[in-house]
Amino acid sequence: MELQAVLMAAGGGSRMMDLTYNTPKPMLPVGNKPLMWYPLNLLERVGFEEVIVITTKEVQKMMSTDPKMKLEVKMKLDVVCIPEDTDMGTADALRHIQQKIKTDILVMSCDLITDAALHEVVDLFRAHNATLAMMMSKAHEFTETVPGQKGKKKTAEQRDFVGVDESGKRLLFMANEADLEEGLSIRKSIMRKHPRMHIKTGLVDAHLYCLKKSVVDFLAENKSISSIRGELVPYLVRKQFSKAANSQTTKDEADEQSQKQKDGNVNLDLHILSRDEPLLQLAQDYSCWNDHRGDMSDAYHGGTLRCYVHIMEQGLCYRVNTLAAYIEANRLAPKLFEEPAVHPSAVVSERCLIGSDSIIGAGGQIAEKTSIKRSTIGNSVTVKEKVKVTNSIVMHGVTIEEGCNIQGSVICSNAVIGHGADLKYCLVGNGQRIEPEAERTNEVIVGSDQLMEI
Amino acid sequence: MADSGVTDGAEKKEDITRVKNEGKELSKEEKQRLRKEKKSQKKNKEKKDEQDALASEREKNCAPSTLSQPAAHKAETAASPPVQAAVSEPPAPAAAAPPADKPAKSKAELKAERRARQEAERASKPGKKGDPGPQSTAGKPKAPPSELQPVVKRLPEHVQVDNPEVLKKLAKKLERQQIPLRSDYGYKVSLFSHLHQYSRKAPLTQQLSIPSTVIHPVIVRLGLQYSQGIVAGSNARSVALLHAFKQVIRDYVTPPNEELSRDMVNKLKPYISFLNQCRPLSASMGNAIKYIKKEISNIPSQCKEEEAKTKLQDCIDRYIREKIVLAARAISKYAIEKISDGDVILVYGCSSLVNHILCEASEKRRKFRVIVVDSRPRLEGREALRRLVKHGISCTYVLISALSYVLPEVSKVFLGAHALLANGYVMSRVGTSQIALVAKAFNVPVLVCCETYKFCERVQTDSFVSNELDDPDDLMVTRKGKTQLEGWQQVSQLGLLNLVYDVTPPDFVDLVITDLGMIPCTSVPVVLRVKNVDQ
Repeated sequence: MELQAVLMAAGGGSRMMDLTYNTPKPMLPVGNKPLMWYPLNLLERVGFEEVIVITTKEVQKMMSTDPKMKLEVKMKLDVVCIPEDTDMGTADALRHIQQKIKTDILVMSCDLITDAALHEVVDLFRAHNATLAMMMSKAHEFTETVPGQKGKKKTAEQRDFVGVDESGKRLLFMANEADLEEGLSIRKSIMRKHPRMHIKTGLVDAHLYCLKKSVVDFLAENKSISSIRGELVPYLVRKQFSKAANSQTTKDEADEQSQKQKDGNVNLDLHILSRDEPLLQLAQDYSCWNDHRGDMSDAYHGGTLRCYVHIMEQGLCYRVNTLAAYIEANRLAPKLFEEPAVHPSAVVSERCLIGSDSIIGAGGQIAEKTSIKRSTIGNSVTVKEKVKVTNSIVMHGVTIEEGCNIQGSVICSNAVIGHGADLKYCLVGNGQRIEPEAERTNEVIVGSDQLMEI
Repeated sequence: MADSGVTDGAEKKEDITRVKNEGKELSKEEKQRLRKEKKSQKKNKEKKDEQDALASEREKNCAPSTLSQPAAHKAETAASPPVQAAVSEPPAPAAAAPPADKPAKSKAELKAERRARQEAERASKPGKKGDPGPQSTAGKPKAPPSELQPVVKRLPEHVQVDNPEVLKKLAKKLERQQIPLRSDYGYKVSLFSHLHQYSRKAPLTQQLSIPSTVIHPVIVRLGLQYSQGIVAGSNARSVALLHAFKQVIRDYVTPPNEELSRDMVNKLKPYISFLNQCRPLSASMGNAIKYIKKEISNIPSQCKEEEAKTKLQDCIDRYIREKIVLAARAISKYAIEKISDGDVILVYGCSSLVNHILCEASEKRRKFRVIVVDSRPRLEGREALRRLVKHGISCTYVLISALSYVLPEVSKVFLGAHALLANGYVMSRVGTSQIALVAKAFNVPVLVCCETYKFCERVQTDSFVSNELDDPDDLMVTRKGKTQLEGWQQVSQLGLLNLVYDVTPPDFVDLVITDLGMIPCTSVPVVLRVKNVDQ
């Protein structure tokens, strides 16, 4: 087997607590499908037959009852539950399933919605025998107004600095603004080997990683690394140019000797050396190819640890981890698939206006004289007469009484909006009741129990 | 009868049927004919060609006279094509190496003629008609040259890309093996429209499932490395291929009720098709595959699986060691004799063998300097330059357009080869024949270094018939932010041609250095024959 897929679906959605305090993030509806359906669908389309899903018990329960998951996901899902209270990072989760991993892995996050061609990332992984291959995409500005945002203040997202070589494929440098105290410093060894480096910001990490099996074994021994994105990836990128990885000029035995004397980080290099290395090295020596030119070193500068990145220029790539991203994703996700806008089982009266970019979920009941534009209506939603819904997301089981006007809002599941209410850019939490004739603008209406959580 | 290219057996059958149908007249004419045959067999090819010309005339004359028995003739012609097809199978493999097999063919001919004569004489009491006589005499001399090749020439698929039937057959074969078909890209120059031309930006992996299940992951990786040029060069490709096969053999499990020796070869066939789709196989890879297939089919059936697998892996290791590594050492030993102090050596492109020779020579303290000639679009010379300079050899670097300017100071030219063909032609990177030609004009000796495992039984006299077309977009170069050829696909009369190989005639090559010694170019068929006898 070549690759095993691992889907990380235990994340809490810490940046959109208003949405996730009741529904776990993997099961949030996007375009009337649970969020984790999208990466699973991508894996299925590409040809995977089995996926290891790391999630919590709550999500597993919801998965088994969700109709979309049961019917449309044909792959074998091996669900591994991790206890909810422990603060397990993604790398910790990989360590947890180390026994199941027999070959190289493809790690995805459940909040990735993309139409990327996965073979581009995997080809980099295969062709260059890379240790890590990941995908990034140009970030898009979110144009929709986010409910509950007070004013134009945007939380300064910590920028990521990504350094790639001339070809744009080899990953040379990765650091987050938060880790750089005084400034961006680049080691001389990197500059000597790759004098031309492009440093890019404004890239979104798709959190899709192809990792060699030796990395998982390394994680099992180094328990200090707990997050893939935050710690493992920068570590691997740095390790490409460390002295130990580049002692290719001395003989292999001498290498192993000197490396055994060091400790801790040694293990990664020992893991990297694969079987049958001499023949591969012979083929590389005979081959007249080099990945860089201008200096006297062999291909890859003799290093065995290589990290590659595929930067998507066009196409959709969203990480649904903030409210703004969630709204944007809801807008664009339906365009990924050719599905009828109005679900066949929805009961829609004749005299209602449903815009072309709105979707109505199963079992919805839309009464007369309603107007629904650029909105997503979930399953089993009851919309009474004379309701105007614009630019909004209405989740499952919501009841909207007559005469309401809902604009730019997010209404979570099982909420009830009383008649005549006028909501602009609001977020109504789970199961909330909005009293009739209410007028709310730019507010987050959630239950008192949620307010208690700090 | 207008049967051209009638083969031995067909003829025999024809004789018999004709004898049966036509009666007595056949015997005298037949005897005449057979006497003529014996004479013609002793003569050489030119005589036969003459008779061919005569034969075609005679056939034309005979055609109206055969109208008397059109039905019988038609029946015979109907019978003969299937007979021809059936009989052409055995002659076809024999016909694969015409020059070497010439004496053998005439022996078989003689035998068949003797048999036919006996049959004819047995039934020859009744007479025979005059018309089939000259026809058969016409047919007979025509047979020897043409029976070397059957009526339908079996050309390899990769040089018949402009034939839609061949493409259909290829598509069907790939579908059966569950391998995606790679589509051709861009406008092909008309002289080379019979070859495949692929784009590097459309890899074959686009159409494969991502954890590849049909094709072993090692083979997918190898195919990617071939198509992206990461593994380039005849030796590198062969070694990488054998390494991949070692992994495949290691992971192989014999299915129940199957024999390892037969099933493994069937398992390897789709992988080879896949690699062929990624990049056409080289001659050295072809020879390596033949060797492995032979080794696999020679595994005795009572051999246990583990034992068989280790045996095969050892065979592969031995092949690489003997044919590539040790051969390189032997070749450098011979070649170093030819390098004297004060030499100026010209090399072209990046040949792993030539680089090895020069590095060894510099280690043996010979004083020489090297001129590296390079050419676009691959610019492989830069890599050769790097390796030589790293070893402390003083080098000069020029592009091929400066060749005639540097040649006056060159004392020898060392060239590497991709393959050595059976008629002594050297197939190598495009530009090599240029170098050899100009060197010949300047009276500079040209030495080709080639291991014997790259000798191939193909015959080619020009670079058009069988070649490889690389991605035409490689010819586009961006200088100062401008790419002149960016919209080349839109210009209707513009075609970009990126050839990979060319053939150098043996007149331009002074010496071939192989692991068997230093031989002239024309001795290649001898080496091939010796190799075949050994195996």
